[in-house]
Amino acid sequence: MTEILSIKNASKMRGKQLALDGVSLALAPGERVALLGHNGAGKSTLMKLVLGLTPLSNGHISVAGAAPGTNAARLATAFLPEAVSFHKSLTGRDQLSLFARLAGVGTAPVVGLLERVGLADAADRKIGTYSKGMRQRLGLAQVLLGKPALALLDEPTSGLDPISRLELYAIIDELAEQGTAVLVASHALTEVEARTDRIAILRKGRLVADDTLASLSQRAGLPTKLRIRARNGQADRIAADTGGRRINGASVELSCAPERKMAALRRFAAMADAVEDIEMTPPRLEDLYRHYAQEDGA
Amino acid sequence: MIGRSLAIARTELLIALRNRWLFLATLIMLLFALALTFAGSAPTGTLGVDRLTVAVASMTTLSVYLAPLLALMMSFDSIAGEADRGSLSLLLSYPAGRGEILGGKFVAHLAALAFAIFVGFGAAGTVAGITDGVSSESVLALLRLIGTSILLGGVFLAFGYMLSALAGSPAAAAGLSAAVWLVFVVLFDLGLLGAVVMDSGGYFTQHVFPWVLAANPADAFRLWNVAASPDVALATGMAGAAAGLPNWVAPASLCFWPLAGFVLARAAFRRLEP
Repeated sequence: MTEILSIKNASKMRGKQLALDGVSLALAPGERVALLGHNGAGKSTLMKLVLGLTPLSNGHISVAGAAPGTNAARLATAFLPEAVSFHKSLTGRDQLSLFARLAGVGTAPVVGLLERVGLADAADRKIGTYSKGMRQRLGLAQVLLGKPALALLDEPTSGLDPISRLELYAIIDELAEQGTAVLVASHALTEVEARTDRIAILRKGRLVADDTLASLSQRAGLPTKLRIRARNGQADRIAADTGGRRINGASVELSCAPERKMAALRRFAAMADAVEDIEMTPPRLEDLYRHYAQEDGA
Repeated sequence: MIGRSLAIARTELLIALRNRWLFLATLIMLLFALALTFAGSAPTGTLGVDRLTVAVASMTTLSVYLAPLLALMMSFDSIAGEADRGSLSLLLSYPAGRGEILGGKFVAHLAALAFAIFVGFGAAGTVAGITDGVSSESVLALLRLIGTSILLGGVFLAFGYMLSALAGSPAAAAGLSAAVWLVFVVLFDLGLLGAVVMDSGGYFTQHVFPWVLAANPADAFRLWNVAASPDVALATGMAGAAAGLPNWVAPASLCFWPLAGFVLARAAFRRLEP
């Protein structure tokens, strides 16, 4: 498997503090990876290192086989900064034309890309009149210039309305289909859950998870939540029997380790006289994130 | 690569046109130059030189203040502003080196400034020439004024980029620019004046003072215009200082500073981590 982005044991000192501590991460062509972590966990630092905007303190990074910051690496990389803005006197078309010229692809794709992100009508309006979402979409349009091998998106959905978010993920899928490796830093856990192939979690500069959602949740062994609705007046008995927690007059909630889930379900299903309904909630990315990102100790 | 610098330059020119900066700068230059040409026409009889010469002398004094000011106003925001908007890291993720970006901005800003200076001083010179006739010498003085004003503007454009890269925010860059303008254009001269008065015609005044004066680009600009034209020197009263120096010193200083300023600006920009 050839890797577009390969980060090996990367460390970065900020003053006396270690902003990134031995991070290793690799992206293959067409792979969509979500990069999660608290504010200050090192997500932006990692992106800056990959872009060559700040030097590595230790370790090695290669982008499409080149060192970060070299022309070859920059040509292969597209970047969407968090909450980007542009000069308010320029029009969307001016701004995108500049990026097209800098990328060396000429201004031919500009019209089509503005249309693709829904800015065709606003192409000749000044960016000063754009909404935050429109600026973000203009930023996204420049990501699509020149079929990059690697796309780094820093909080791409901030400021977007729900429809635009869906469009954004459609564009990410499109990028992945054409073979672009996409790294998305995000706080919007529910969105990346369904839309990425792999989840990487940074905590205080260290990579604490890097796997598919399924493997991560298996490894974490997080309990599934069962909510049992009891028939009239039997809630107390069920709670006492199972060690669950009464949450209102008629329901009991209990958590259940993955390997004991089926046994518990069978048991409750047999209690036809006492149980009216069972609702099951498997652990979600939010629970996983909390598990990996807040775990204490080294 | 030159193409990327040109792409940057083209965008910067668009900005100067779109936000009416070019229009306003040209208007300011034109109004001040015309006003000085007419207001300064009174002493022509007593000095025995034509109106254009007096106009050039007046415009030299004007340009010392105005060209650096316009240049700094244009350049102070160019890096700090991009960093503030978050577009600098994006721009730097493209295959354009920092020198190329700075070069593109410099070319565009210098062209806009040159246009404003050329139109302003050119129009005033034309008016003075039409109303009172010209000599080849006064036309040469006008062309020299235009050329040196553009050079002087280039120096302060470069200073503006350097401050913009060092400042960290547009507001700080604006403040630093105002301070630099004040130091180079006003305080430097006042300080030297004080030193000359204290020294009362001693070694400092005769041998050190002219060199220190010429080291400041704003004063080198004045000296060059004055030293090259005895008539202008007469009209501005700077003949004394100009006489104490070899002829090449002021032009050398004024040509050195835009290059040195650009190198300093690039070094400051290199250090910047967006």
